[in-house]
Amino acid sequence: MKIREMVAHGPLLSDGAWGTQLQARGLGLGECPDAWNLSHPEDVCAVARSYIEAGSRVLLTNTFRASPIALAGYGLAGQMARMNTAGVAHSRDAASATGAYVFASVGPSGKLMMAGEVTESELLQSFRLQCEALASARPDALLLETMSDLEEARIALAAAKTTGLPVIVSFAFDTGRKRDRTMTGITPEQAAAAMEEAGADAVGANCGNGIEAFADVCARMRAVTTLPLWMKANAGMPCIVSGEAVYDTTPEDFAAHLPQLLAAGAAFAGGCCGTSPAFIRALGKGWPHAIPADRL
Amino acid sequence: MVDRKRLYDAVLNGDQKDAVAVTEEALAEGIEPMELINGCMIPAMDEVGRLYEAEEYFVPELLLAARAMKGSMALLRPLLAAQGAEPVGRVAIGTVKGDLHDIGKNLVASMLEGGGFEVFDLGADVAPERFIEAIREKGAKIVCLSALLTVTMPSMRVTIEALKSAGVRENVKVFVGGAPVTRQFAEEIGADGYGENANVAVALARQAAGLSVPV
Repeated sequence: MKIREMVAHGPLLSDGAWGTQLQARGLGLGECPDAWNLSHPEDVCAVARSYIEAGSRVLLTNTFRASPIALAGYGLAGQMARMNTAGVAHSRDAASATGAYVFASVGPSGKLMMAGEVTESELLQSFRLQCEALASARPDALLLETMSDLEEARIALAAAKTTGLPVIVSFAFDTGRKRDRTMTGITPEQAAAAMEEAGADAVGANCGNGIEAFADVCARMRAVTTLPLWMKANAGMPCIVSGEAVYDTTPEDFAAHLPQLLAAGAAFAGGCCGTSPAFIRALGKGWPHAIPADRL
Repeated sequence: MVDRKRLYDAVLNGDQKDAVAVTEEALAEGIEPMELINGCMIPAMDEVGRLYEAEEYFVPELLLAARAMKGSMALLRPLLAAQGAEPVGRVAIGTVKGDLHDIGKNLVASMLEGGGFEVFDLGADVAPERFIEAIREKGAKIVCLSALLTVTMPSMRVTIEALKSAGVRENVKVFVGGAPVTRQFAEEIGADGYGENANVAVALARQAAGLSVPV
């Protein structure tokens, strides 16, 4: 199904953070969260279910770092294909209870091409292998998220499109005084226009530095593209209280920004780092009544 | 006569090829390496920093400028060493234990090298012992710790505590940085400084090395 058809009847609620939920279940410091798709499938399925129960109509997969390049850092590249297919299967398992969509998550390589840390062909190969592995488990779409570098995003999109699945490309705007640039200086307008031109089915923003900045980013993307917009904010900057990261933003604070976000044209909304099923429930409470009964 | 403004411009514009070419010409004319560093390259890096703070430059421009400066330094360093000149400072840098993210750390390392520091890049997921080793065996006087994840920030505290236990904490300045790191956190764990971005990190290191810092 095309992304446009999915949101034809109104915006869709997506999910919240996965990493922090897995940590609460015992994922250790420096351990690869994606490896839990194979080693702790029950825990990954439980996180997936918790978001479906909270009302997510779009569920991501625990595969953000499961690219050959990122896994090589953990010495786990050999498990790449299985980790990705298992990730899709766990989310599908939970999503099938309500018919929610499963979007397979693909993160950036973590290497800067412009610094010579990785070549274009290495990036293309890494994204291609991960996207093919994900596609073989039949998610509803591929989500390339937390992108900073426009060139890397273009390469990832080219690789993802060869699977024939719909592709969403989402950027992290967390730099500059207004927090409206990616690390490499890209603006929402540049990102949206470039991705539409390169054939993305939707564009958006995730992570960032708190939901306050997202309505503006969303409106600025809307001004230059007609593509559906994907918006997934984090819960702001954490403060450290007795050694633990604590986010000041409450689920209610977070959800208070939803009307502005939807008014700015968001077709999908959810949470990134620091959010939890409670945040998704709070968003669901404020959700417009445009969701057809058969989808609830 | 070589035009020294060309070296300044080459660094500012991130033109490594030209930076190397002008450096060669200048050396052939007998200009002192330190004169090129203090007279052209450091002012250029100061301007790069100013443009970064003004949000006219972003990470790509910083990287290119650092690369141009490194290209020139590669020619100057052997000459400085032959003259018995010490590097402006010795830095041990790494992403703390449990954290594999290294883009920010690499950027800071690169800019420090461009700025004349001798940099011991310990990589990512670095155990505290390896920082201690770099202090004891390589003579690092500045330790830069990076973390991108909220869950690995506590490793910064652990590293600083380990430096104390090993009795080397007083010998060094410790600076911390990375997306989730804040000034408050830096103070709480007893770091000597917080680098909000790569540009500030270099300024901190220069200050620690007793060099001038642009205001």
